[in-house]
Parts: sequence; structure tokens; C-alpha cells
Amino acid sequence: MKNLRTWLWRLFGVLPSAKRERELADEIESHVQMQTEDNQRAGMSALEARREAILKLGGVEATKQVYREQNSLPFLETFLQDFRFALRQHRRNPGFTITAILMLALGSGACVAIFGFVDAALLKPLPYRNPDRLVNVTESVAMIPRADLSYPDYLDWKRLNTVFSSMDVFTGGGFALHTPRGTELVGGSRVSDGFFKTLGVTPMLGRDFYPGEDSLSAAPAVLLNYATWQKRFGGRPDIIGQTVSLDETPYTIIGVLPGSFHFAPRGGAEFWAALRAPHSPCEKRRGCHNLDGIGRLKDGVSVETARAEMTAIAKQLEIQYPDSNRGQGASVLPLSEVIVGDIRPILLVLLAGAGLLLLIACLNVASLLLVRCESRKREMAVRGALGASRGRLVLQFVTEGLLLVMGGAVIGLGLAYGGMQLLLSLIPAEMLMYMPYLREIGLNAHGVGFGLAIALFSACLFSVTPTLRLTGAEMREGLSEGGRTAAGTLWRRFGANLVVVELAIAVVLLAGAGLLAKSFYRLLHVDVGFEPDHLATLQVSAPDSRYGKDEQAIALGRKLIANISALPGVQSAALASVLPVSFNGNTTWIRFLDRPFNGEHNEVNERDVSSEYFTTIKAKLLSGRYFTDAEDGSKPGVVVINQALARQYFSGQDPVGRKIAHIDDAPNTRREIIGVIEDIKEGPLDSKIWPAVYYPFNQSAGPDFSVIVRTSQDEGSVLTSLVNAIHQIDPDIGTLDEMTMVEKINQSQTAYLHRSSAWLVGGFAILALLLGAVGLYGVIAYSVSQRTREIGVRMALGAQRGSVYRMILTEAGRLAAGGIVIGLGCSIAAAGLMQKLLFGVSSWDVPTLMGVAAVLAGSALLASYVPAHRAASVNPMEALRAE
Amino acid sequence: MGDKADVWQGTLALMILKTIETMGPLHGYGIARRIEQTSGNLISLNYGTLYPALLKLEQEGSIESEWGLSENNRKAKFYGLTRVGRKQLSQEAQDWQQTTAILARFLAPSEDPA
Repeated sequence: MKNLRTWLWRLFGVLPSAKRERELADEIESHVQMQTEDNQRAGMSALEARREAILKLGGVEATKQVYREQNSLPFLETFLQDFRFALRQHRRNPGFTITAILMLALGSGACVAIFGFVDAALLKPLPYRNPDRLVNVTESVAMIPRADLSYPDYLDWKRLNTVFSSMDVFTGGGFALHTPRGTELVGGSRVSDGFFKTLGVTPMLGRDFYPGEDSLSAAPAVLLNYATWQKRFGGRPDIIGQTVSLDETPYTIIGVLPGSFHFAPRGGAEFWAALRAPHSPCEKRRGCHNLDGIGRLKDGVSVETARAEMTAIAKQLEIQYPDSNRGQGASVLPLSEVIVGDIRPILLVLLAGAGLLLLIACLNVASLLLVRCESRKREMAVRGALGASRGRLVLQFVTEGLLLVMGGAVIGLGLAYGGMQLLLSLIPAEMLMYMPYLREIGLNAHGVGFGLAIALFSACLFSVTPTLRLTGAEMREGLSEGGRTAAGTLWRRFGANLVVVELAIAVVLLAGAGLLAKSFYRLLHVDVGFEPDHLATLQVSAPDSRYGKDEQAIALGRKLIANISALPGVQSAALASVLPVSFNGNTTWIRFLDRPFNGEHNEVNERDVSSEYFTTIKAKLLSGRYFTDAEDGSKPGVVVINQALARQYFSGQDPVGRKIAHIDDAPNTRREIIGVIEDIKEGPLDSKIWPAVYYPFNQSAGPDFSVIVRTSQDEGSVLTSLVNAIHQIDPDIGTLDEMTMVEKINQSQTAYLHRSSAWLVGGFAILALLLGAVGLYGVIAYSVSQRTREIGVRMALGAQRGSVYRMILTEAGRLAAGGIVIGLGCSIAAAGLMQKLLFGVSSWDVPTLMGVAAVLAGSALLASYVPAHRAASVNPMEALRAE
Repeated sequence: MGDKADVWQGTLALMILKTIETMGPLHGYGIARRIEQTSGNLISLNYGTLYPALLKLEQEGSIESEWGLSENNRKAKFYGLTRVGRKQLSQEAQDWQQTTAILARFLAPSEDPA
């Protein structure tokens, strides 16, 4: 209390006050006069009396000074004084100040913006109870490390395991939502009854599933996403208990999930329905995998322990059910790993890129500060000679650095905020759907804290740099030299090397950007095995009740193709169960009828395509023929295979005419291979080609498929008429994802991630190059200005302009070469670290590295040409006369 | 300065408070003279140190100041004791007496410690 009072008093005392000064003067004066009078009374002369009084006081000014220090906070006052002086210094040099602040703002802004993403994706815990105890539990096979679970396996896993306090499953897919306005395909998932309890999420409205509500006998129940509740049901609380029609089944809405809930693996899901298994014939079979699992680890159980136990259980089931479970292992991964594992390396690379940019900016400002420090040598020497302590001089520099950093930090936070919003708006909505954790990105406390940490770091850097200069010896030197000197030794030794580091960092960023850009180029030019231009695509889901039977689906397919082919601008149309360049999966197990079979699982992609499919997408037939529309269930089974299958299972021989069957060798699954096509990329652009079988749609039909159309005109313009044509056949057929094949490829997650990382790192690299060039320019220009006299002398003694050019450019060249060599070395190491993000490019890609070296050398030449030209244009007479 | 000054400052504050208590509101010069007289001129006070000490006491709320006229009709700042100061004085006086008593016992010629 007493202390607080004192502090407040003294804090106010920092503000200057004329009244207080006057009162102090009055009080001291009255003291002196009273004593003077006393002294006179004691017999002294007037003059002596006053002198004695002042002596006894210890001096008027000294007393006042001690009093003033007690009356305010001296260190704060000193700081404010330095602060005002620093402001004046910066105002006198607006060019320097603005450049420095902008560079710092740019660097810290980039860092904080990227950090915002890192924070949202990697640091912020997922919105579940104890999210670090949640794992993703799935089966695992050789070709697919994280494969789906089958329903019977799930039941056994749930029953047998001792490592999970609960284990639940969810499906992919979606629903056909029937509304009075028509049928709409919406994202959704069917989940087992404990799904939300396992996650630790409670509905904000209504209730969760009852135990047992996921059985086929229970009344169908569904939970809504918060956004769905708002968008489709106007946020009405009376929605609970009402029914909604999904896939022609009335579901009772039992609850609404909280707004904070998101589940990235099913990012697009709006409706969370009870599992109601076995929902389809697939869920009755142990060999049909359509579920994804989550589990909550019991206390004290590690992921490794859980993985070991689930693997053992899988092994046990493999022995028990060799037909269906051969080779079916188990995968247990932290849920967060599954959700953000893919984007982690990209975010870390981006953060590293932004960090390097910040480092360049800091080094640049530090070297500018050094230059300024050199030119203020005399000022420092004079202040030192007048009695300023070294600490006080250092404090002056610290204050000036602090001022720059504060300006940079404030503007940088603004830039970061804008940058985050901009980057977020650049992410397509479909992509954002699967990264829901990015939704609430913004400048939060973490971001601001990170920005302040950066500011603190740079403040330390800028405080240390100039103080290196202020050794006592240097200070004396400053006076004696009279300010007429070549560049200081410290500058030569230290400042110039800063620019080498800057250039090296610029090389690293350029090389990173170059490699990423090349990866992206390679990715987009990967051979997909068909011609993706002029292809329009969409997905179709027809109601089971009317199109569930084979002949119904086949009839629908024929009618669709006939109607669509008649549309203007359409050359041909085809159906496929899965479009190319989407995913590897939807596999089947095949056996070869002409060789012994030991129950092995020959896993291949299965695609059911209509007879026009291969010609429509312009696939390349290697041997044999395509199937015809007439080849339906009444005809012998046929199949077209891809080259990968031919290579893997028929090495050297012609597969045409050979027979395959499903693993169970049911008679209706036996098919003759009638053709081999060049591999079509079924999975993402950067995925491997899997063996694939293409069955005639008419022999393997279903009510859910994709339509693919080749057009003679702009393929984007037919999308609407495609949807209309389908709805003319039956308005209850849902359509989804209308887009062109080129869009589909360019907007695929793989392409998107590669593109965005290439662009962002590229942006950082360009800024880094710019800053590096500015830094080099600054160094050379400073060196030239310091050497003007020397150059003048040389020229007076007969040096040619050419040799002056050479001298300056050699100096710049040495620095640039140092930067390039060190940078290239670091680049190779850095690229090794981001190998995961590279596609079709090695980390030591020579053309990229050479290109980077050339770009940097060119920029360095450009940056040093201007000062070299100035040096060569020195008028020797003026230079010699100049101080 | 250092530790020595702190000790001195501590005792100086106590002397000031006691002086004001005895004499009533008093100006700086008066306090200084009075302290010297009371000490039997054993203390030679550097008057300059008195004013920061007065200011510190005022900041702490132990004394308050007011401009007034001295006995010679001279304008001077008078310092008076506050309630807080009175309490502080009695507390510190007691502490001080206790300290000196203890020290006195230590320094007294040793009897039989037994």
C-alpha cells in the first residue's frame, strides 16, 4: 500500500511540472535564507553566511537533483529521453526508418500469418474431450495402410479388445435428401451409437443416440450439424422429434450438435444418422469393408500397445476366417495424425519459409543499423567524451531498435491479419470442408503472443548489433580519426558477412520455391492415361426403390446416355462407378482361373464402366477390344484390365482370352479378359497406379454412378444442361459435384496443396530475393561511399574507369558467390527435409539449383551495378577535396 | 551511497517523525536544526539529504506539507504528521528501542552466562 502510493506519486513525477520545480526552488531558497540569517546573527558577513549555508546544504543544484530523483522514476525518465531522441533520429532519416519498419513488418507479418494456420491446425486441440486419447482404428492391408473395416470385423474388434474404453465406427458417403423442392445429395455419415460419446461431444439440443439405437430394429434417428440446423431448418428448436427423409427412409431428428463440433474425416457431413447395420449386403460380409473406426484409449494405454493388441486380434480373425481376412492387419493411429498429418509437413515448410524471410529482414535491418552506427561514430565518441556511460549509449541504441521493432510489429500484426483472411479466402470451399479446423482462424492471443515473441527476438538482435561497436577503444578511435576513414574494421568483418547470410537464405528459399514449382508442374503434367480436356463430369444417385435392381439401373443408364448424347455440344457420354483421378480403392479380390489358387488376396481397383467409357475419355487400347453395350448379364462375363494388372500377373504373356473370377469363384463372377488398356490414373495425381479391372456397367450395375461427357465446345457450359437432362428423366435423381475434369484435377487436394505451397514459398522467395538484393545494394553502396576518397586517389593516379568497375563488382561478386555457394549447400539439405512435398523432382535437382544460382547472380549484379557505376563516375578532383 | 545510507535514511526518517511530533508542523530548516540540537550536536547533518527524506515520507503518506509563514515571516513549507505517520512513529520507535535494548544486552559486560 505504502509502496504503491510511492510508486504512483513517482510515476506522476515523470511528467514535467513547472509548478513543482518552482516550489522546490522556493523551499530550498527559503531554507538557505533562514540559515543565512541565523549565520549572520552568529556574526558572519552576509556573503560568508550564505556561502556557509549552501555548503551545509551540500549545494543547491545537487540537493535539487537528489530531490528530483526521489520525486520521479529516473530510469523511466532516461528511457523517455532516449525515446524522444530516437524518434527525432528516425524522423531525420525517414527513408531508413520506413524501409526498416516495412521489412520487419513484412517478415513478422508473414510469420504470424503462417503461424495462425499452424496454430489452428497443429497446436489447437481438436474439439473433443481429451483429444489426445482418441485414435483412428482401421484394418490395414499391404496396398492400403489405412483400409476400411468390415462390420463383422468391427463387432469382433469391439468385443475382443481390452485397450479401448469405447470403440465406434462411421461410414463415408452421403444421403439423398428428399424435400418438397426435389432431391438433393447431401454429405452425411452413419455412425454407431457411441460415436459421439467416444469423441466426448454432447448435442447442444436434443439428445445423443441411445445404446442400441444403431441396430436395424430401432427407429431411424439422426443428429444434425449446427450449420445444417441453421441453414436448412432455420435454427428452430422445435425441430427435435420431426422427421427428415434420407435415402427414402424417414429419420427422426433427435438432436443438434454444437457449433464448435467438427470432424475432418467426414468434413462435408451434414446429417449424422444411426448406423442401422447391417444396412446393406456389404455389411453382412466380413470381406466387404466400408467402415472407419475411432477408439478412446483406456487410461495408461499407449497407441503402440493398442496397435499391438489390435494386430493380434486381426491375426486371430485371419486364422478364424482365412477366406475373408487373409492379410487383413490393423492400423491404430492418433486421430490428430489422421486429421492433420497430411498438411503438417506443408505448414512446417511454410513456417520455415516465413521464418527465413523474417531472418533476412532482420539481418537487413541489422546491417542498416550497423551502417548508421558507423556514421554516428563521432556522435557516440563525443557523447562518451562528455561523460555518457557506455550503458547509457547502448541504451540509446536499444531504444532506437525498440522503436523500429514496435513499428514493425504493429504493422506486421495488421499484415498478418490481412494475410490470414486472404489465404483463407483463397482456399476453395470444398477443400475447407475437409479442414474444418481452419474455420476459426484469426489473430488470436496465440498469434499476437507469437508476434510479440518475434518482436522481442528482433529487438534483442538490434540491441546487440550496434553495441558490438561501442567498445572503449573504438570510441576513442572515433574521436581521433575525426570521422575520416575507410569502413570500420568491425563493419568489414561483420556487416559484410551479414549480407552473405542473407543471400544464402534467399538461395535456400528460391531453391525451395523452384523445387516446389517444378513438383507442381510435374504433377499437373503427369500422364493420366486419358485426355482430360473437354470432359464434363457429375455424380448421380438414383433412388434405390426405383433403380435398385440391375435391369432398372441398366435401363436408367441407357436412357441417361441416350438423352445426354442428344444434347447440343455433346460428342459422347459414359457412366463409371468411380471417376478417374479420384482415389485408389473400391477394390475387389480376383483369382486367375488358369492357375492354382491358394486363397491369396489379389487386390485390384474395380471400376464398372459403360461401353462408351474408354472412347469417351480417349483411353488407349493396347490389345484386344472394348466391350459393347449389348454385353449385359445375359452374355458371358467380360473384363478390360489395365497394363499394371497385365504386368503384375501376366508378365510377358498376352492376357487377352484368359479368365478371372472373384475370389469366391462364383460362376456369375467368371469373366474373360477381352482387352488391355494403358494405365488410367484412378487415384490422386501423385499416387501409384494400381492393377485395375473394368467391368461392363451392364454386368455390374448400380443406382449410384458418375456421368462423364465429352463435348465439342466448352465443357463447363454443358454442366447445367446435363443436370436438367437427368432431372427430366426423374426429378428424384440426385446430382452432385458437377465439374469439368480439368477442374477436378486442378482442384484436387493434391494439386491444391502442391500449388499453394509452391505459390507461398515462391512469394517468400521473391521477397527474400528482393530483400537480399537491397541488402547487397546497401552494403556495396556504403562501401563505395566510404571509399570515395580512395577511388579518387586511384583515379588521380591513373586507374581506368573499367578497373574501378571491376574493383567494386569483384567485391560484390565475392559476397554473392559466398552466398550462392553456402545457399546451395543449405538448399540441398533443406530440400532433403521437405522430400515429402516433392513430386517427380529430387532434392538436388541440378537445373533448378543452377537456375537459382543464375537468378541470384543476376540480381546481385544488378544490385551492385548502380553503386559500381557511381564509383566509376567519381570525379577525382571532387573526391580528393571532399572530406 | 549503498547500505550505509539506507540505514542512515531509516534512522533519519525516525528522527524527522519524532521531531515533528514533538514540535508540531515545522519547516525543513527547523527540522534539521532541531535534530542537530536534540542530538547534542553529535550529528552533523548534511541538510541536503533532509529534503529527499521528507519527500519520501510524504510519498508514503506519513507526513503532509503546507505552505506557511515562518517565525521570521518568511514563506516556507511546513511538514505535519498524519495519522499514518503517528502510527509509523510509535511502531518504529518501539522497534528501535527493542533493537537497542537487545544490542545493549549483548554489549553489556558479560556476567555469568551459566
